[in-house]
Amino acid sequence: MKAMLNKLARQPWIFSFAAALAVWLITIAHTGGQGAGAILTAALSFATFTIIVGLGQMMVITTGPGNVDLSIPATITLSGVVAMKVMDEDTGRLVIGVVAALGAASLVGVFNYALIRLLRIPPIIATLSSSFLILSTAISYGRGIRIKPPEPLAEFATARLVGIPVMSLAVLAISLMIGLVLARTLYGRSVLAVGQNSNAAWLAGLDVGRTRFVTYVLSALMAGVCGVLLSGFSRGAALNMGEEFLLASIATVVIGGTSVAGGRANVPGIWGAALFMYLLVTMLNTFGASAGVRLVLTGLMIIAVIVAAGGEEQR
Amino acid sequence: MNRRLLRQALPFLSLAIVLAATFYVQPRTMSYFGLNLMLQYAVPIALATVAQMFVITVNDLDLSIGPFVGLVSCIGATLLFENPSLGILALLSLVVLYGAVGALIHSRNLPSIVVTLGLSFVWAGIAVMILPSPGGKSPEWLKALMTFQMPVIPFPIIAAVMIGLVVQLALMHSSYGVIARGAGGNPKALSRAGWSMMNTKIAMYMLAGVFGVLSGLALLGLTTSGDAHVADRYTLYSIAGVILGGGEFIGGRVSPLGAVVGALTLALAGSFLIFLKISPDWQIGAQGAILIIVLALRALVTYGEQKR
Amino acid sequence: MWPTSSILLTTPRRWSRASENLTPDTIRLDGVEKSFGAVQALAGVDLVVAAGECLGLVGHNGAGKSTLMHVLSGNLSPSAGTIAVGGQTYERGWNAAVTQSQGVRCVFQELSLCPNLTVAENARIVHAALKGVGWKDRAARLIRDKLDEIFPGHGIDAADEIANLAIGKRQMAEIARAFTVTEGALRLVILDEPTSSLDAVTARQLLAYIRKETARGTSIILISHLLGEILSASDRIVVMKDGRKVADRLAAEFTRNSLVAAMGSEAREHRRGAVRKAAGDVLVSVQPEPDGGAPLEARRGEVIGLTGLAGHGQTRMLLRIFEGRGAEVKAASAFIAGDRQSDGVFNLWSIGRNITVRSLRALRGGGLIDLAAEARLSEVWKEKMAIRTTDTANNILTLSGGNQQKALFARALASDAAIILMDDPMRGVDIGTKQEVYAMIRAEAEKGRTFIWYTTEIEELTHCDRAYVFRNGPIVATLSALELTEEKVLEASFAEHAA
Repeated sequence: MKAMLNKLARQPWIFSFAAALAVWLITIAHTGGQGAGAILTAALSFATFTIIVGLGQMMVITTGPGNVDLSIPATITLSGVVAMKVMDEDTGRLVIGVVAALGAASLVGVFNYALIRLLRIPPIIATLSSSFLILSTAISYGRGIRIKPPEPLAEFATARLVGIPVMSLAVLAISLMIGLVLARTLYGRSVLAVGQNSNAAWLAGLDVGRTRFVTYVLSALMAGVCGVLLSGFSRGAALNMGEEFLLASIATVVIGGTSVAGGRANVPGIWGAALFMYLLVTMLNTFGASAGVRLVLTGLMIIAVIVAAGGEEQR
Repeated sequence: MNRRLLRQALPFLSLAIVLAATFYVQPRTMSYFGLNLMLQYAVPIALATVAQMFVITVNDLDLSIGPFVGLVSCIGATLLFENPSLGILALLSLVVLYGAVGALIHSRNLPSIVVTLGLSFVWAGIAVMILPSPGGKSPEWLKALMTFQMPVIPFPIIAAVMIGLVVQLALMHSSYGVIARGAGGNPKALSRAGWSMMNTKIAMYMLAGVFGVLSGLALLGLTTSGDAHVADRYTLYSIAGVILGGGEFIGGRVSPLGAVVGALTLALAGSFLIFLKISPDWQIGAQGAILIIVLALRALVTYGEQKR
Repeated sequence: MWPTSSILLTTPRRWSRASENLTPDTIRLDGVEKSFGAVQALAGVDLVVAAGECLGLVGHNGAGKSTLMHVLSGNLSPSAGTIAVGGQTYERGWNAAVTQSQGVRCVFQELSLCPNLTVAENARIVHAALKGVGWKDRAARLIRDKLDEIFPGHGIDAADEIANLAIGKRQMAEIARAFTVTEGALRLVILDEPTSSLDAVTARQLLAYIRKETARGTSIILISHLLGEILSASDRIVVMKDGRKVADRLAAEFTRNSLVAAMGSEAREHRRGAVRKAAGDVLVSVQPEPDGGAPLEARRGEVIGLTGLAGHGQTRMLLRIFEGRGAEVKAASAFIAGDRQSDGVFNLWSIGRNITVRSLRALRGGGLIDLAAEARLSEVWKEKMAIRTTDTANNILTLSGGNQQKALFARALASDAAIILMDDPMRGVDIGTKQEVYAMIRAEAEKGRTFIWYTTEIEELTHCDRAYVFRNGPIVATLSALELTEEKVLEASFAEHAA
């Protein structure tokens, strides 16, 4: 038991869960226990979106130093707009809408990787530039639209099962799958190996290019899923719907204990970090903090958590 | 054709092409006032880009420079305007804070991206507390400086060239610049030679802070009022500027002159797109396209170089 | 222009056997200990280096040489003991800045140059005095003069960026840098495997220079796995084992065999006579490139050596075969890197995962990797290669360098590859490990595997059925096992340079 606890304490993701728990406890202590469950339910709902894109970002960051996907917000917007426009409030067109949205997202992933591989542009700049293009596409394509999602999509995005959002259960399934992929598949191992040392991975017979390609497409695809669900959840797509997810996706990955240097991913940490970040804002709101104070404290908390979790150990 | 030279010249060529295209589309810009107008915002962007470059030199990345510039503009429009000595003190302590952040990142071996990500919230938060909505006033001397009418050559051009040359001299040619770049190239070798990595990082972060302050003040001189979110885009601009200018994210390979030129190119590209009268929907997309084209050209040149 | 070591020039050459004869120019270690957690890397080392002495230091991997050198150079501070240099005794506060000011320099196995800086700028890094107006010219002159002195005809420009230099030239630049002097005396230079990337000519130039430099009164500690080098260059030899000094005698009192015996591993002479058997079908054939040279061919069950001066196209040939670019390759191949850190080891992974990474495809059942089969595979190869660890689940970095290299061998040999490509994999590996690996290579070749082996050590060619000598890219000579002698290899490597 003690050994197990010790082992648990050494898991890098434990910090994020501990932090989330602490923030939640402080909040309900302040409200005198009122709405404790409701806060958790809301946290699960909202954190779900961050978790989806966080998982994609995690895979990208794990493929090695310099790899990061800055096009996630634009892709969320694009897929939301595409989904809404193709579905056109018609339940019968739900499936084709989802397919179109995810197809558009995948194309973004392909485009990103093409920039990185063919033009040898550093990923951070490549995905930044492509995000400009994607955003323009989304703006131009979805100009002035305000289309509601088909009812089943909206229902799915907001449905609950004994207080637990159904959507978060679906994302839990996705998370478990990604965990399995990382531990037990050739692709997953390749991601980890390439992230540690791409040269050694190549010499060990792994396909570095294909691994990164699949990863960028996967990240875009996750952003696509987020876009579709988010437009169902918030009853329509908006051009700025992806904005907050740029910083959030990176922050969850790192606070969750994934190595920024690559080669080490952490799926549970994404959950802990996403919940923590949402609960933190909730706590500050309950305390009636002003926008400025909220921003400062959010920032300090991010720094505090990364300091507490410790940096990369020296080789 | 010497491809290595070509690669080094690429940032300058890109600038020349964008400039020529702008002149072609809108010949009236080819004048003292036209250039002055188009390039005035290039000065704060160039300063922010140089700040970013110092951090990139030691293999870190600063995701907080944009909000930091915004914060400086808020302090400048309030504290510095009302009580100059207190304002200067506040700005100085910001620089010190920047150094402290560098020390924290180095001592705990933290990922700079995350720390500065958190920091960006902190800067924005403080700025919003000081100035909840845009307002305040720029000190007169700042306004005067930024709208200074130089004879013959527009002031922004002179200012940008001066910034580039001074930093180029300091980082590429001075004996301490070597230490800074060496810290990016091989930190272990540097500490083995008895240099303190800690001091080097603190120095580079403080320099980033100094140039961030200069950028915020320059911006305030132009906008004449403070705004917490006025420079949010600067984070991305500054990173893009360093890379456009031939810098690399790791390994201490940077080019100060290139960075300034990269910043000018970006600033000019914005004006160019407005003159092109393309649909506002595609304006941001076109900026992305320009970035991609320039970097593709560089890839082409570098590829040819390796092949030879 | 600079204060030179004129005082040192007058210092008479002397060498001391033990701790008597102390002068201010001597570095002296008393009872130095260093522990990493529970592991004691240095268990009380006393060491004295007299002025003008070249001290050879040998020992297995894990004997404590590297730790000792890192302590001496100030990168690690000792857990106990004192270090005395320049008339001052340090119990604590011994760090890189102090060693720098006391004139202690170190050339490490991993290059300590900044790749983004020029040769001259790298000189500036170690010389605080190179500043102010005109520092660049002074730095360039300083390093150029030293390069000319040590490696005549080096072909390095002070304005060359390190990243653009071949590895041998980088090592030359680093060695030259260690011997440059601006202010303060140069007392001690530690050379850790200085010739590992040098070819025979430059290695000889260096050994000659060591004589010259010690005659000026500078002390040198030379670490090398090439015992010939140690025996010929050193005045005195210290042998280390398990963090202790086990022998400390004049070099003249050692022979190759007694030295190896002192290290605790028996020296065996391996000479294979003629070709063992008729080899199998051709697995690899590479036609020469348009610029000439001879073709390469490797048959099933053969051990093929690639030799010649370091960096003359051998690694490129291995990569050509690995990629199948311009080479006819009829079976799967696996690559064993020589540079463990940059091309081989996955630092975050366990020993087991490091071994199985090349075999993941074969370990899949129904799309998922079979973890039990994976554990079995790594256990089997841990035993076969005698990797010294209690558990293959331990991180790879818990192993000593030699054992890490064994894990890389296990990775390749555990795979389905019929062709094993080796990129000078024995660099910096201790003799005991080497013997074990040689035996494994022979056994695997008997079973029908093909080895294509780039080696910088001519001795290793005795394990080969055939060797190809490279010079400036192409193959210039093909030597069968019967013709394989050191003279033949050198003759082919140097034909052009022969006066």
